[in-house]
Amino acid sequence: MITRDGDKGKMLTRRAAMVAGGQLFLSSVLLGRMYWLQVLESDRYKTLAEENRISTRLIAPPRGLIYDRFGTVLADNNQNFRALVISEQTEGNLNATLEALNKILPLTDAEIQRIRREVRRSRDFTPVTIRENLSWQEMAAIQLNAPDLPGIIIDEGLSRYYPGREESAHVLGYVGVVSEQEIATGENPLWKLPGFRIGKAGIELQYNAELCGKEGAQRVEVNAVGRVIRAIERDEGVAGKSLPLTIDERLQKIAYKRMKNQSGSAVLLDIYTGEVLMMVSTPAFDPNAFNRGLTSEEWKALSNNDRKPLLNKALGGLYSPGSTFKMVVALAALEAGVIRPETKIDCRGYTMMGNHRFHCWKGAGHGELNLKEALMHSCDIYFYEIARRTGIDKISAMAKKFGFGSLTGINLPGEKAGLMPTRHWKEMVLGEQWLQGDTYNVGIGQGAILATPLQLAVMTAALANDGIKVKPTLIVPENRNPNATQGEYLNIPKNYLQLMREGMFEVVNNSKGTAKWAHIDVDGKLIAGKTGTTQVKRISMKEREQGLKRQEDLPWEDRNHALFVTFGPTDSPRYALAVVIEHGGGGSTTAAPIARDIMRAALKLDPAAKQPVKPHKTIISSKGIK
Amino acid sequence: MSRLSSFSHNAEMTLKDRFMRLSWFYIFLICLVAATGLVVLYAAANGNWNPWASKQFVRFCLGFSVMIVVGMTNLRFWLKYAYAFYTVAVIMLFIVEFFGHDAMGAQRWLNLGFIKVQPSELMKIALILALSRYFHGGSLQDAQSMSYLVAPSLMVLLPVALVLKQPDLGTAVLMASGAVILFFLVGVQMWKFGVMACLGLISLPIGWRFLHDYQKERVYTFLDPERDPLGKGYHILQSKITLGSGGIFGKGFLQGTQSRLNFLPEKQTDFIFTVLAEEFGLIGSVSLLMLYLVLIFYGCLIAFRSTSFFGRLLALGLSANLFLYVFINIAMVMGLLPVVGVPLPMISYGGTVMLTLMFSFGLIECVNVNRDVQIGRRGAYDD
Repeated sequence: MITRDGDKGKMLTRRAAMVAGGQLFLSSVLLGRMYWLQVLESDRYKTLAEENRISTRLIAPPRGLIYDRFGTVLADNNQNFRALVISEQTEGNLNATLEALNKILPLTDAEIQRIRREVRRSRDFTPVTIRENLSWQEMAAIQLNAPDLPGIIIDEGLSRYYPGREESAHVLGYVGVVSEQEIATGENPLWKLPGFRIGKAGIELQYNAELCGKEGAQRVEVNAVGRVIRAIERDEGVAGKSLPLTIDERLQKIAYKRMKNQSGSAVLLDIYTGEVLMMVSTPAFDPNAFNRGLTSEEWKALSNNDRKPLLNKALGGLYSPGSTFKMVVALAALEAGVIRPETKIDCRGYTMMGNHRFHCWKGAGHGELNLKEALMHSCDIYFYEIARRTGIDKISAMAKKFGFGSLTGINLPGEKAGLMPTRHWKEMVLGEQWLQGDTYNVGIGQGAILATPLQLAVMTAALANDGIKVKPTLIVPENRNPNATQGEYLNIPKNYLQLMREGMFEVVNNSKGTAKWAHIDVDGKLIAGKTGTTQVKRISMKEREQGLKRQEDLPWEDRNHALFVTFGPTDSPRYALAVVIEHGGGGSTTAAPIARDIMRAALKLDPAAKQPVKPHKTIISSKGIK
Repeated sequence: MSRLSSFSHNAEMTLKDRFMRLSWFYIFLICLVAATGLVVLYAAANGNWNPWASKQFVRFCLGFSVMIVVGMTNLRFWLKYAYAFYTVAVIMLFIVEFFGHDAMGAQRWLNLGFIKVQPSELMKIALILALSRYFHGGSLQDAQSMSYLVAPSLMVLLPVALVLKQPDLGTAVLMASGAVILFFLVGVQMWKFGVMACLGLISLPIGWRFLHDYQKERVYTFLDPERDPLGKGYHILQSKITLGSGGIFGKGFLQGTQSRLNFLPEKQTDFIFTVLAEEFGLIGSVSLLMLYLVLIFYGCLIAFRSTSFFGRLLALGLSANLFLYVFINIAMVMGLLPVVGVPLPMISYGGTVMLTLMFSFGLIECVNVNRDVQIGRRGAYDD
């Protein structure tokens, strides 16, 4: 009995020792694991814990302001007051708060539904936007009634504002909310911020990256459900760069006012620097409306308008240059040696090519004319003849030198290259052979040839600056030298260019010139120019026999396009201007007077003579933000 | 020694004698662990006594008196009423099956009106008591015979099955492992454990089918915690982050970001170890583990100072049970074991666990107090 109990006790001792050994072994496993987690892997877990703890919230940087060349603000930032609701602060009754707010700030049913939906979807402490762009009165009313509006807060943001409204709409473009597709490309983390806006057109689009600035970040400590416990650090980011443009806001205003009832565009260049001093396209749109967000009716009205208010016609509108192209034809003929300046050609109102009759715009004919006179009268017969003598190849080559058919390279989106037809082009694209009649048409700037008003302005600048093709720009160049021409030297004999300028002088300043109504004298400064009228609808033989209708009697869309290119002052040129009025009737009657008024303002204000102002300081808003 | 040994023949000790024979070192160790627990609960509440530390302190005080009272009882009493105690616990388990209070999707609580108890916790002690009594009465040869083991095996399987049905996998595992250790201690042959292990492995796929979906999920999550880091794997991943980010020296008292910012839900219960490890680092976690080991081995020491087989087995079984708690909990929060819901003794917030633990410490103290009381094989039937 005792021995048996003794065996039992010995067994217990032995087994207890084994259990203890097992326990020590398992404990050492735990120790090993502790060492692994808390020493070897500790850095990894410390990082993970930090990531848990810290949440980075982006801060939108203020968008850079856009100025004109003398420091007038074209695109500003305004304080934008938003009403937000934080549902956890509504004392548990969101509906009561919204009802109370409804008495101060009437809300539509749709708004209330959207707010309820967003509140349901987001966490209790996340602010939900009630309305943006509150007026001062609305904002003040909400602030005053704050005790009755638990959970409602007013948040200040910045909103883009274009004080000139339509005036510079096509140059500046506009900003808008980031579209779903743009977010999908995920280029910029800022895009995901609610209400963040990016450039959608014009300078706003072209220089979006510079204007955007660098996002700031607020590092906050959050708990497991994402509620902010405290702010750790705040990096305001870098405000967008201020952008001084080359345009003169005063000229924009004058030109827009003069043209707003037309459908057309005008571009004014500094012929030496290529700076765009004015660029207007009409009808225009209010870029502020895009920032606010267009209603679908507003959008339909804009996009369905046959006068295309959204298109920047100065660089996106394509027109036959018509008679404004005649200088290029003349230069090609002179360089080809097929005429000399004094060569005379007899205009009898029409010319025959085979059995096809080509008419001069003046049915009765001009009689014998030399080149200068032909330009002054804009005689079509003269240019049919010299075009025939020169041939399409040489005309195309000269036109291409002046930039026809290729992009000017202006720093704005949406530019079109136009078209300068050649034999090769016709064969390749139309599959037809080049005909003599095509050359006749090109001789007077008609036919397949298409150019933008900007290209015409560049051409005019090259005629005025002795043969240098400038690259138009909207940003003041870094090392601006107002006296040395920057551009591509076209290598055209100076006496030929001089002859062209003399011809253009006669157009405006001779009492028989086609644009004698455009004559101005600003303190002795005169302008020179060339009219152009291009047919939109082909005139049939029958119509011609019945007698041509007056342009005013035609429906708008059948009227001719009216063009005018001009430079000035004539004794020492500085400005080149191209004006194209769609269906304006005639270059001399519609385009030339508009061009004259713009040139008068340009010569008076003389913006190229003064050094542009460079705004150094980056400011958030022209009015200053508290 | 001679004075004390005089009790061996006289079981009737005065209360004062019993009080003097309590192991104050053991009590000191228990208080040390409990104090650690209060500090950690204070930290878990971001430096507040409420809501956990204060309540836990009250429970500890209550448990402390239970421990002292139980420690000063006669060991024969526990031997005599071991089966009765076991039967009461089993009945309570049955009751909880039908009238249990629902918590977290599992019926574990019994509302007695004034207190909510978890019968499964009491069951652990009752089972150890019952098995100790059963083996106390048998010889080594008995323990090694197959027929002798049928009754204790049923004694184990009944409550384990009931607890599994609740379902409470953690308690079932604790109970079964505790019982296996007792079987091992009394000398059941090694090969029998081998056979049992093989049978267990074979029946694993069958048992798998009886697991609840959430229990299966826990096993999946254990096998690959990263597969659903914000869902099922969130707990164990955050637990590891909390532990690991503590490093060697910890983030400092009340400086733990993970616990302060609530990245671990229910951190005051099963995952309390991470709060300590985050704020006191490797030093803190190793120290606590060492403290537990000292407590456990001191319990074993008490066991071997006892002259009765019942006392030895009881103290060893209860100490092994304590070890199982500690090991399973810490291994679980460190990602070594699936999350099965085993609290960290004396530190995790919870009333029943605290009280049953203090009760079991009381039993160990009782073994210590009655270390010189000799109890024969038929001691349960003697007066």
